[in-house]
Amino acid sequence: MKLLILLVVVLGLVAAVQLSKVYQLSISLRGKREEDISEADNRLNGGLFLAFMVAFYASFIWLLVKYGSYGTPPASEHGVAVDRLMDFNMAIIFVVFFIVNTLLFWFSAKYYHRADRKARFFVHDTRLELVWTVIPSVVLAIIIAYGLQTWNEMTGEASEDALRVELYSKQFDWTARYPGSDGEFGQANYNLITPMNALGIVTADGVDAALTEIEEKIAKVENEINYEKGHLLAERASIEEELNGGHGHGGHGHDHDHSDHAHDDHAHGDHGHDEHADEAHDDHDAHKHALEARLLEVNHMLESDKVIILTEAAFEAKEDKLYRLLRHRQRIQEIRNFDFDSELTAWESGADDQVVKGEFHLPVGREVEFVFRSRDVIHSAYMPQFRAQMNTVPGVPTRFKMTPTITTDSMRMVLENPDFDYVLLCNKVCGAAHFNMQMKVVIESQESYDAWISEQGEFIVKEGSDEPEMEQASAQKESQTITASL
Amino acid sequence: MGAKAHHHEESFVSKYVFTHDHKMISKQFLVTAILMGIVAVMLSVFFRLQLGWPGESFAILETFLGKWAPGGVLDRNAYLALVTIHGTIMVFFVLTGGLSGTFSNLLIPLQIGARDMASGFLNMLSYWFFFFSSVIMILSLFTEGGAASGGWTVYPPLSALPQAMPGSGMGMTLWLISMVLFVVSSLLGGLNYVVTVINLRTKGMSMTRLPLTIWAFMVTAILGVLSFPVLVSAVVLLLMDRTMGTAFYLSDIFIGGEALDVTGGSPILYQHLFWFLGHPEVYIVLLPALGISSEVIATNSRKPIFGYKAMVGSILGIGFLSFIVWGHHMFVTGMNPFLGSVFVFTTLLIAIPSAVKAFNYITTLWQGNIRFTPAMLFSIGLVSTFVTGGLTGIILADSALDVNVHDTYFVVAHFHIVMGMSAIFGMLAGIYHWFPKMFGRMMNTKLGFAHFWVTIVCGYGVFFPMHFVGIAGAPRRYYEYSNFDFLGSVMDLQPIISTFAIVGAIGQLFFLFNFFYSIFYGQKSVQNPWLSNTLEWTTPVKHVHGNWDGPLPEVHRWAYDYSNPAHEADFVPQTTPALAGEEVH
Repeated sequence: MKLLILLVVVLGLVAAVQLSKVYQLSISLRGKREEDISEADNRLNGGLFLAFMVAFYASFIWLLVKYGSYGTPPASEHGVAVDRLMDFNMAIIFVVFFIVNTLLFWFSAKYYHRADRKARFFVHDTRLELVWTVIPSVVLAIIIAYGLQTWNEMTGEASEDALRVELYSKQFDWTARYPGSDGEFGQANYNLITPMNALGIVTADGVDAALTEIEEKIAKVENEINYEKGHLLAERASIEEELNGGHGHGGHGHDHDHSDHAHDDHAHGDHGHDEHADEAHDDHDAHKHALEARLLEVNHMLESDKVIILTEAAFEAKEDKLYRLLRHRQRIQEIRNFDFDSELTAWESGADDQVVKGEFHLPVGREVEFVFRSRDVIHSAYMPQFRAQMNTVPGVPTRFKMTPTITTDSMRMVLENPDFDYVLLCNKVCGAAHFNMQMKVVIESQESYDAWISEQGEFIVKEGSDEPEMEQASAQKESQTITASL
Repeated sequence: MGAKAHHHEESFVSKYVFTHDHKMISKQFLVTAILMGIVAVMLSVFFRLQLGWPGESFAILETFLGKWAPGGVLDRNAYLALVTIHGTIMVFFVLTGGLSGTFSNLLIPLQIGARDMASGFLNMLSYWFFFFSSVIMILSLFTEGGAASGGWTVYPPLSALPQAMPGSGMGMTLWLISMVLFVVSSLLGGLNYVVTVINLRTKGMSMTRLPLTIWAFMVTAILGVLSFPVLVSAVVLLLMDRTMGTAFYLSDIFIGGEALDVTGGSPILYQHLFWFLGHPEVYIVLLPALGISSEVIATNSRKPIFGYKAMVGSILGIGFLSFIVWGHHMFVTGMNPFLGSVFVFTTLLIAIPSAVKAFNYITTLWQGNIRFTPAMLFSIGLVSTFVTGGLTGIILADSALDVNVHDTYFVVAHFHIVMGMSAIFGMLAGIYHWFPKMFGRMMNTKLGFAHFWVTIVCGYGVFFPMHFVGIAGAPRRYYEYSNFDFLGSVMDLQPIISTFAIVGAIGQLFFLFNFFYSIFYGQKSVQNPWLSNTLEWTTPVKHVHGNWDGPLPEVHRWAYDYSNPAHEADFVPQTTPALAGEEVH
């Protein structure tokens, strides 16, 4: 089948070439040259430009009518200003678009080549050029001023009592974090990330849990390295060789000691040398005992069921991994030893943080300042209905403030779509599932929001627990006493 | 350099392979760029199949992509790889190599009256670096993990960490190596172009008598020489982060179940370095196209280009401003809002020289006597798309508006209309116009008409609807959109866009057949088929080393004496001495 297609293509090409040669011959017989464009062709192309212009404008208007609304009405305060700015700019560029393209296509159609005409030798016109430089400059100055005014308002400082919400992105989902009743976010450190502490929030328990986990991982890899069969066998072979009087191998001390003994006994007579000789002898024995003990151990290990076989490349990878895990442990220990402040409030402020997945809620009419963090690569928090977007960058926290103005229920009524939901999407390519990284956003009344937030569990990592323990926030809070041992 | 042209025995290798002759090198660049363009267009057809009909099975995908399209459905990682390589090839290999590499090489010596480039040897090296860069980029498609997949902009950490996506493995390494070679090629070429224009102009060819093509190519070359090295620095730092454990771009990363041992770096550093090249790059792409159009429009309107001085001023203005606007690609990275304001201001400033150029083109047409060669059709199309695409740039330059449309289809529409239509039209206009000079034969005009009309209709058909898709909130680089109800009916446009894309791609066959056929069998051309004023048309049809048999031409006037009332003919070549009492430019 593929061969057939290929054959058809090749034959088609050959046919096209031959037909073209026939065409070439016919036009050369008629004395026609490719560079001579007939008046008919010139008129045709001119007319086609006009026809194209009409079709183009008609399609534009059709698109505008059918798809011209900006998604949904703006659902935030600054969104209203942004849409007004957009309308203003769009109006200007539409006008320019239509005028300039019309002149272009109109002139092309009107001034097609006629043999009896001569073009106008129009080299420049200072006044005309000034006009069309100054007018766009003035218009652009207005665009700049208006645009920057909107930008300054959008990007200004958030108010003191703005609700702060952290949006945390990773391949391939979002998590929201609320600061909890203390109004403070806990510190976060990527070294503390475990399945139970997906955001790496710094708390006393969080640090301990991370340490526990890293110790487990280290132990596991160390085991694998120690129990690698090939290396164990090689070690056993070399120990055995050493014990059985390996000349020049490993046991380099023995021969020398023997001859040294003899030498020393001859050369010097004082008792210091006897001691020396004894020490050397003891060392020699201790060493031999150690080797024998190790040999026993190796044999024992080889018989255990923990033995694994790795290729040399895999073994080196394990050693690299161990090194990285040790570095990780060191970094966690540095966190533990870090003296945040004398009251250790930083240790506590994370404990009441509320971590939420799947959907997050905001109260309508209240300013929210988003703080963004990312775990792995750059993502982008895009909420088109709110006209909001901000990249989330690993290692570089970013922020964006807005005030939602339309509740989900209201927007459902406006759009006549009972299934509508606000959405947070990822808008910076981040890998395979970039296209499916979203989180529902719910805007509701302050009361509904209060009810919802009180149901969200506090983030607490308890040592030794299998899954994150979410405690119901209750009126009585256990004060966390951080002991010196931490 | 004043010597007569010399003839000597040439082997196939010295004539076609390791040639030092700028005319042959320009053809090498052109053919390589066209072949790369074919690949890039095919890649775009493949991913447009997925976007237009998500999840549908297409046998052709499995035929070409094998395991990357199991069951005829494009794999989601492969989708990103195709998008990335499509963009990379188009921006660098087709629109930079194919525009500057071809036309700067062909036209600079010919239009300024020089025997060849300042250094034919460096010029040859410039092509071979380009060739090997192209080969490596294509090879990267065949790696185990696939080609680089983080978009043509390859931001770290995604592009720095093999664990982040398969394309960030060997595919990404090869991408980086290819780009270093590409930049070497560009720098070698750029240096040559600037030195040649400054030093080797013939007698009477003052800077103010240079055709606008030369001004455009020279400023383009300066932009490249100043900005490409910054890309190399971005690439080298990325290579180091990938292989040597450095932390230029990396900090606080937990990935693949591990907390990485690097802190202190910032991914935003990469973006600054990348876009410091990236923005001038798009003017490196566009300026040669604009220069070519000035030439084609003047010649085929039989009128001087209107406002020559303003055109030169605009080229210089655009060139200068292009260095101080790069931050508009980064409005939503969290940069200080005041810095954002600065970039809004400088970016909107660029609209002024751009507008001046557009108005000058249109005024050149006014009261002209227009001859619609295929080159002229594409040049007029260039003006339309330059205006249309440039206007949406005003929206994107406004940071408050960019917040809502950054990385959506609105951006895709903007840059495709200015690059994928306007710049490409300039390249095609150049090919049609200078084909007789390059190959001594004419391309078929009727096929040229068909090519233009199919291309402009399908081009706008693909990219114009994307504005609406973008404003509705559809992000770019998405494999599919079925998970998002809020987009609603605007997604009905996707299959329409894909259909135009497929028809447009097929329409390029008119051009490809015409181009390759005419090289061998096209009607033999005369010396000056377009009745043009510039110096390249005073060289013999059959190429000679040293360009002119005999002494170099002497220039007595500017390039735009078309329909000059002091002369009977409607064109006056630059070599024509002034008439008694005539005031010449």
